[in-house]
Amino acid sequence: MGLAKRVIPCLDVTRGRVVKGVNFVGLRDAGDPVEIARGYDDQGADELTFLDITASSDERDLILHIVEAVAAQVFIPLTVGGGVRKVEDVRRLLNAGADKVSINTAAVHNPQLVADASGRYGAQCIVVAIDAKRVGAATDTGAAPAEPRWEVYTHGGRKPTGLDAVAWARRMQTLGAGEILLTSMDRDGTKSGFDLALTRAVAEAVDVPVIASGGVGNLEHLAAGILEGRADAVLAASIFHYGEYSVRQAKELMASRGIEVRL
Amino acid sequence: MTSIAVIDYGMGNLRSVSKALEHVAPDAEVLVTSDPEIVRQAERVVFPGQGAMPDCMRELDGRGLRPAVLEAARTKPFLGICIGLQMLFERSEEGDTAGLGVFPGTVKRFPPQAMKDAQGGKLKVPHMGWNEVMQTGPHALWRGIADANRYYFVHSYYVEAGAPELVAGYSVYAFPFTCAVAQDNIFAVQFHPEKSQTAGLALLANFVTWNP
Repeated sequence: MGLAKRVIPCLDVTRGRVVKGVNFVGLRDAGDPVEIARGYDDQGADELTFLDITASSDERDLILHIVEAVAAQVFIPLTVGGGVRKVEDVRRLLNAGADKVSINTAAVHNPQLVADASGRYGAQCIVVAIDAKRVGAATDTGAAPAEPRWEVYTHGGRKPTGLDAVAWARRMQTLGAGEILLTSMDRDGTKSGFDLALTRAVAEAVDVPVIASGGVGNLEHLAAGILEGRADAVLAASIFHYGEYSVRQAKELMASRGIEVRL
Repeated sequence: MTSIAVIDYGMGNLRSVSKALEHVAPDAEVLVTSDPEIVRQAERVVFPGQGAMPDCMRELDGRGLRPAVLEAARTKPFLGICIGLQMLFERSEEGDTAGLGVFPGTVKRFPPQAMKDAQGGKLKVPHMGWNEVMQTGPHALWRGIADANRYYFVHSYYVEAGAPELVAGYSVYAFPFTCAVAQDNIFAVQFHPEKSQTAGLALLANFVTWNP
């Protein structure tokens, strides 16, 4: 027995409210981040990730208040991402109570940000989020498939960067990322499961932990992310938000597949 | 009413530590402080830390906190967390840094070539997540906490205690490593009780009532 694989619910937050409704029993306010965080904590979530999708920058300080309120009541690790552009943004989130800060688009525009933030606060609190899309997709037409490749996208999957996702993950590790949050933009929202080949390619290429994300539709998908994708942690939003499954059910299924989890 | 000083030497977020202490001891006065005098006056001291040990030692000395920390480690209930555990030892491989030397032993990096699980699979560094903590024997701070309970870890370096009797707990990551040490009024852990939900709060609750 040793280190457990982690299950991480992700909450999308805009203007201080959780966007997707959550069906926790007895929840008074389905959009209140603190109540939702507490609900996931009770279910046995190993960490929580807050993604700030607030469009306008003048409303972005609201996430700081949320992090403060959650950190005062929920004693598990909190990761916060979305709109992190400067070392100062990292500092403010950590001071508010975040344990880790996730950097996405800004890492592509300014890789030195990852090095600077990691050098100042330590690799353990710097997560680099990578949104990847398959290119030159292997097909099932019978033609010999090319080795699959994935390209890094920014701006929520809208802008291609020309960067190879596996090489980019390695580079981010070298610059000081302590963890990689890897999202398949092909699978995100499809409920068809993680892109396991992508997950495995990145997980085997780096020495830091990899969180698989994008596409979870059922609990078997979570187990596959660990067993086939070789991820260290799995992240999901909608299957937990809409009350289809609890975090505890997810962990029980994973345990039944031989995965070590915290129950 | 007990007063607890959480030593702040400028290396990041101490809010979680202070909030968790306030949660388990609502009547206690929890002071996040870089003032050596407040550390001296507090009844209990928590010595946390994150980031790189060379920076931690430099910032600690830059604030003139070393004498107050050493005095607290000799005289009152003292809880080290993460780098706060590592700094109690003589030396760290991280930047080849001298520690406070309260305990004999060194701080080492998880060696890349050894990081394999029982099936030969790659183990990642940092060691990040929930691992089992095996207690080597009874201690006031383990009271009410089951052996092999899971705690949250995030670290790339671990302590190798120079005296086996210091070891109060260990975890396994590629190999067994010391994750808790205890001697007299000192208890120090590699994991983060303030981030370890029920089991972590139980340990902190034990600390705030501990009378070594």
